[in-house]
Amino acid sequence: MSALEFEKPVLELESKLTELMKMPATDDMDIHKEITRIQQKIQRLLHEAYSKLTPAQKVQVARHAERPRFHEYIAGTFTDFTPLAGDRLYAEDKALVGGLAKLDGRPVVVMGQEKGWDTDSRIKHNFGMARPEGYRKAQRLMEMANQFQLPVISLVDTSGAYPGVDAEERGQSEAIAKSIESCLDLSVPMISVIIGEGGSGGAIAIATANRILMLEHAIYSVISPEGCASILWRSATHAQEAAAALKLTAQDLYELGLIDEIISEPIGGAHRHKEEMIEQVKLSLIRNLSSLTPWNTETIRLDRRKKFIQMGRLAA
Amino acid sequence: MNWLTNFIRPKIRSMVAGQKEVPDNLWQKCPSCDGMLFHRELKENSNVCYHCGHHLKIYVTERLDILFDDGYDLLKSPAVKQDPLKFKDRKRYADRLKEAKAKTEREDAIVLAQGTIGGFPVIVAAFDFEFMGGSMGAAVGEGILRAAEVAVEEQAALIVVPASGGARMQEGAISLMQMPRTVIARQLMKEARLPYFVLLTDPTTGGVSASFAMLGDVHIAEPGAMIGFAGKRVIEETIRQQLPDGFQTAEYLVEHGMVDMVVARKDQRATFAKLLGFLMPQSAALSVQHGGKSKRVKTGASGKALESAHKASGNIARYVADIPADLTAANSDKKQKRAKR
Ligand SMILES: [Zn+2]
Repeated sequence: MSALEFEKPVLELESKLTELMKMPATDDMDIHKEITRIQQKIQRLLHEAYSKLTPAQKVQVARHAERPRFHEYIAGTFTDFTPLAGDRLYAEDKALVGGLAKLDGRPVVVMGQEKGWDTDSRIKHNFGMARPEGYRKAQRLMEMANQFQLPVISLVDTSGAYPGVDAEERGQSEAIAKSIESCLDLSVPMISVIIGEGGSGGAIAIATANRILMLEHAIYSVISPEGCASILWRSATHAQEAAAALKLTAQDLYELGLIDEIISEPIGGAHRHKEEMIEQVKLSLIRNLSSLTPWNTETIRLDRRKKFIQMGRLAA
Repeated sequence: MNWLTNFIRPKIRSMVAGQKEVPDNLWQKCPSCDGMLFHRELKENSNVCYHCGHHLKIYVTERLDILFDDGYDLLKSPAVKQDPLKFKDRKRYADRLKEAKAKTEREDAIVLAQGTIGGFPVIVAAFDFEFMGGSMGAAVGEGILRAAEVAVEEQAALIVVPASGGARMQEGAISLMQMPRTVIARQLMKEARLPYFVLLTDPTTGGVSASFAMLGDVHIAEPGAMIGFAGKRVIEETIRQQLPDGFQTAEYLVEHGMVDMVVARKDQRATFAKLLGFLMPQSAALSVQHGGKSKRVKTGASGKALESAHKASGNIARYVADIPADLTAANSDKKQKRAKR
């Protein structure tokens, strides 16, 4: 497990534990006691660390290399996932994956950014940074959802849309804007889950939803703390301060009324207990979807619009 | 790695910042051709270099004068929560806001105006770049939504004129939410079958370009305007390459299919008038007999001429003081009525 600075004491204990476990089977009660003691201590330390993560630490957890990715949620939350490829205009963008799947037996359209899990897959998926083609594929999938009246689920995990000459050339701005519009045009329920990083425009493009859920240690921000620090503090070394100032944690956003629900992570973060995390997301999605489904199509569209019109508005 | 890093630093301000106070004999260099520009002549030419045609920044009220047939009414934008995050970097956002308000005599970076273009009723929502680089926070989002609401109510067209480095970081995710909120404004226009135009000016980048600004029925850009999603520096850092000449300019966007036409400042009103003639019901023209050839606003008219024309048309109060609080008593009733909407 790759180390986060604040997890170092835990990691030390964990390697000690591994050593003890490796010892030949024994009846030595002292060793058994020691193992139990270390296990309890690990739990306690993790609980302590994770119950009071600073915003900057949350940024690290949200970006953790072993945090469950889009494909793992797809495998654990949905059945029969059938990926669909291409924007029908130019290319297939693997940074943004989507297709048809079943959630609790019910057909849905699902999409989201895939950051990759090793060097090859990270390159293949462009680290989860979509080009215009990715957002145009999202538009296409949402149109399909509208036509067949399938709910839309999006899983957001991106540091942002790809900043490159080709992306600009082919209208990154227009693609993101249209994708937001496609979300707002949906006459079916849409639920978004920020599973890791919700990076600015590249995230909101597929997160203009009826319900916005966020994992406990995920982040969602208009700019990366590093980017913000380099502009406002004139140095990226102030990223920790920027992370705090930007109010990018799930708890902050809930407080501000910008998200609807925080999905608790297992003690020690999603990356320590992936299956448990994925199960939590599944249960939350099913519960939220069933609360949205009795609505007729026009209501669901207007509900979404109203939600965003009201967002952050002063009470009339 | 983020599209917002092209937020314009407060330090980098346009030449027009202090123009209201500069003495008449001031000369400045054209940033494009290095030609010397005499202040008054530059102003008469709508801040377009009279040597090379380079479009310098123009103050938002002067832009409104250029766009509308004959004066305009200002609309009040709804109040928003100030400094919702209690944001502080090396400086408090509350202080930055205070300074920007003092400097621009404006509540935030958006100005809403109502008038006619080619005789057709039009609402214009124009960004004030002088107010924190035209960055989009809750107040700007609210202003654009309000502009669309009024346009629908009045069966008017809507023209939004961005001049913005992107979202306002100091409002965190609240500024991000202005992207969908302004897209809703666009949808209101669409549902009412009323024209929604975007006049892209320098700069239009980040979250502003990736929301309402790329969803117009027609996109018109000013010559040379910088328009794009990601900032140049961010792209250079990502791809580790020098960017091509003319990258992200208005002309580049036309070439790549994102903008309909590049139109010089002096031709913008006529172009909008023509477009409105196609897209607005003819019955909507309020005073077609005046349409397009207004008595007062001729590009190149001097400030004095403008002022007297305003006097003649009874619009002086609107012209000299476009902040509702400063309006003369005669006009304030009308403003308040509008503000209530
Ligand atoms: Zn020049």
